[in-house]
Amino acid sequence: MNFAFGKNYLRITFYALLFTILTFAATTVFAQDDTPTDDEVNAIAKQLYCPVCENTPLDVCPTEACRQWRELIRTQLSQGMTEAEIKQYFVDNYGARVLAEPPRTGLNWLVYLLPPAIILLGAVFLFRSFREWTRSSQAETGPGGERSETSSPSKDDYVARLEEELKNRK
Amino acid sequence: MTETTPQKRGVPLWVQIVIWVFLVGLLALVGVILSKRQQGTVQPGDKIPDFTLPLFSGYEYEGKSEVKLSDLQGKLVVLNFWASWCKPCEQEAAELEEAWEFYEPGGEVVFLGADYVDTEPEARAYLKKFGITYSNGPDMGTKISQMFRIRGVPETYFIDQNGVLYYVKIGPFLSVDEIKSIVAQKLP
Repeated sequence: MNFAFGKNYLRITFYALLFTILTFAATTVFAQDDTPTDDEVNAIAKQLYCPVCENTPLDVCPTEACRQWRELIRTQLSQGMTEAEIKQYFVDNYGARVLAEPPRTGLNWLVYLLPPAIILLGAVFLFRSFREWTRSSQAETGPGGERSETSSPSKDDYVARLEEELKNRK
Repeated sequence: MTETTPQKRGVPLWVQIVIWVFLVGLLALVGVILSKRQQGTVQPGDKIPDFTLPLFSGYEYEGKSEVKLSDLQGKLVVLNFWASWCKPCEQEAAELEEAWEFYEPGGEVVFLGADYVDTEPEARAYLKKFGITYSNGPDMGTKISQMFRIRGVPETYFIDQNGVLYYVKIGPFLSVDEIKSIVAQKLP
């Protein structure tokens, strides 16, 4: 009797577990529709700037115009458009200035070439300056760090007087 | 024994010239860009360069899917920049349509709506909501708004029969009479 009850109990538990798993799996499957997530939309949106809200990336811009743009990206993603196609659509419709990264054409090249060129020039300038400072300090001190004989007599007098004063104090 | 003096090696003159020319050029470029930005909109008296406005289907001009300013020579053009996300634009939408309906039979005045930085479904919903019937289209690539150097929407530009700008309205119109009084300045 007890054995039969245990068997039934096990069966009920098994079916309950199976039902729970199937329900959960079905819910998960139903939740996976074709609507792109906010993260997928924002991955593209952060590469765009709306001309109305200067200096605010599209993914964090709170205006109505930017909300519309994000919804447009979501629609385009759900239609199967690639990231490149979506960006090209925005360039065609709103101009190249919507891109966070300016296209490498015309004067835009300055944006890419100028900073490294300035850094390079600065490095060359610093290198030359350090080399000259090192040379001039080497010329002032002799080999082994001794003061060279070219030091001025007035300075020697001063050192001599200072040493004499110190001796007298002792 | 000859004594050699160390020769001081500086930056060659031609390099200095190149660097200075480059820096001056860069400053001039920045200056030009900044002054253009501070110029404001095109001013009354300016001849407006030709532009082409593509039109939404259902909002064509005489059956054509785009309209060129040069095709409108001899007509007074009222060019209104708007957007569906622009709340002040809603204040003047009905007035603009009413003014258009007033001038449409005469054929001397053309109203054009340039939809600025907008998405088409929302733009269409806006046009439908306010019952707008005059020609409207997207400002593709924001080329026209950049040409007029608009500062925002709504802005309306009144271009006379010779293609010369004669009035700029920044912000929404307060009444139909305001629109009519500006148009009347150039109508015989």
